[in-house]
Amino acid sequence: MIEAVGLTKRYGRTVAVDNLSFTVKPGRVTGFLGPNGAGKSTTMRMILGLDRPDAGQVRIDGKTYHQLDRPLRTVGALLDAKWVHPNRSARAHLRWLARSNGLPNRRVGEVLELVGLTSVADRRAGGFSLGMSQRLGIAAALLGDPQILLFDEPVNGLDPEGIHWIRQLMKRLAAEGRTVFVSSHLLSEMAQTAQDLVVVGRGRLIAQCTTAEFVDTASETSVRVRSPQLDRLREVLLRKGYALHVEPGVDGNALVVTGSVTSEQVGEIAAEQDVVLHELSVRRGSLEEAFMRLTGDSVEYRTDGQGPAGPAAAGSEDLMVAGGVNR
Amino acid sequence: MTLLAVERIKLFSTRSPWWCMLAALAVTCGFTALITGTSGDDYPVSVQTTQFASNFGLMVILVMAALAVTTEYRFGTIRATFQAVPNRTAVLLAKTGVVALLAGVVGEVVAFASWGIGKVMRPSADLALNSAADWRHVAGVGLVFAVGAVLAVAVGTLVRHTAGAVTLLLVWALLVETLLSALPTVGEKIQPWLPFNAASNFMLMGGTPPPGASVVSQPYGPWGALAYFTGVAAAGLVITIVVANRRDA
Ligand SMILES: Nc1ncnc2c1ncn2[C@@H]1O[C@H](COP(=O)(O)OP(=O)(O)OP(=O)(O)O)[C@@H](O)[C@H]1O
Ligand SMILES: [Mg+2]
Repeated sequence: MIEAVGLTKRYGRTVAVDNLSFTVKPGRVTGFLGPNGAGKSTTMRMILGLDRPDAGQVRIDGKTYHQLDRPLRTVGALLDAKWVHPNRSARAHLRWLARSNGLPNRRVGEVLELVGLTSVADRRAGGFSLGMSQRLGIAAALLGDPQILLFDEPVNGLDPEGIHWIRQLMKRLAAEGRTVFVSSHLLSEMAQTAQDLVVVGRGRLIAQCTTAEFVDTASETSVRVRSPQLDRLREVLLRKGYALHVEPGVDGNALVVTGSVTSEQVGEIAAEQDVVLHELSVRRGSLEEAFMRLTGDSVEYRTDGQGPAGPAAAGSEDLMVAGGVNR
Repeated sequence: MTLLAVERIKLFSTRSPWWCMLAALAVTCGFTALITGTSGDDYPVSVQTTQFASNFGLMVILVMAALAVTTEYRFGTIRATFQAVPNRTAVLLAKTGVVALLAGVVGEVVAFASWGIGKVMRPSADLALNSAADWRHVAGVGLVFAVGAVLAVAVGTLVRHTAGAVTLLLVWALLVETLLSALPTVGEKIQPWLPFNAASNFMLMGGTPPPGASVVSQPYGPWGALAYFTGVAAAGLVITIVVANRRDA
């Protein structure tokens, strides 16, 4: 069980994590979802006592990380697969970790076997592929047979086989009754593994619920229209109170009308206005889109006619913030 | 105890400490051989002259000690360490202990090897270790290396970047201290209080000075010099530990 209460972390003027509270329960995979730069890694570092919160605290089974005796036996974590000395062998890396927490050397062999690195255990870790590094990081996390596991973007950069392996592993760990907390910026990824979600955007909590609930509320149908008279159609729809945004695409700009709307309604409005349509299609909202809308700026794009800024634009701005750096 | 073992495994499972130890030995012995080989009647070999090169060895040891911690920051293993052992004070003390012990052993090896080179190359010279001062000239090298390593670990932890820490240490030890002691009038006064000068004072004081060297009277005895050098290193370590506990890993 992980409980965060009012966690706040600032780096200079950036508020990386802002008054974040959530609970992660045992026996389930909990997804920690947010766009790049949302503060996921920062939160995980605070859980592990690596970064000091400016306010708030995290408790692990009621204790702070610093109060844990031999913490690797309670919490295992893979934050960054690159936190290994490149000239040290995989075995040596695990050996000092094991030693530091009073774990028998036998465990090193066991976890190496578990992640399938036995044959390369004595090679220098610097020569490992991303997938192998990731496996080594997981081996380190499992070393102390901990009840709580944290994984920061564990499938990043892995091939389909590696992704499948990690998903199965996480499910198995949760089925064994462990607490599994895994971050990702892809809702589609989480939808496959996580039962619960903690969703963050710009350091703030957006939702804590089950994945099913989140997907239900988040995804909605929308209608996509393309037309040579797009501006005209847009004005009319806005005036009638529909929520919409412009979506650029390879075949030109399209309008996406969201909310409770049917293609019939849009088609009829277009006909009334003598607007030619090149496309009129119903779309079951994708998870990613829903996620972007929820994690983007909380400004709603309604009929106030405030320019064409759509949810997609807000989302992509968020994506720019992190600059692709996974800290 | 556990933490000492952990730091020992970490240190010896990479190659750079081995290279540094070899380099320290090679550099020092090489220079000693050169000094001994070029000595003559007007510049006789003494116990002290066999140890003149130890300063070069010390520089290599400073690099090794700083690297022992800056590489941990560079590769993020310091985070893995603090994750495994959240008590940062204990971690840093253990690391300092292991590195200092290693530096001390290297220092003794280097010192006695240099002395041995002197004996082999100049069998007629008086190189017997008769007095306490003679022993200090040779065996003291290990102490200085150990204390120097403590200082370098402290600086490395504080600075966190290899290039920065190594530059700071070497520029200070090789340049700044020399320049400061060369300042007119004040130079002579501050010279004894520059840490690395104090360290070499400890090793070289109280023997027959080589001809031409001006004898500066020091405000402390040799052991006072070492105590001062140790005090500086300890202060550095305390500051570092306080800082490391406060900041993000
Ligand atoms: N050590 C640091 N110094 C300064 N700013 C930082 C530091 N770590 C994180 N940040 C900033 O804090 C914010 C949150 O970063 P964080 O890495 O926690 O996000 P994230 O959700 O893990 O993103 P990603 O999906 O890209 O990994 C970002 O704006 C980032 O630039
Ligand atoms: Mg991250």
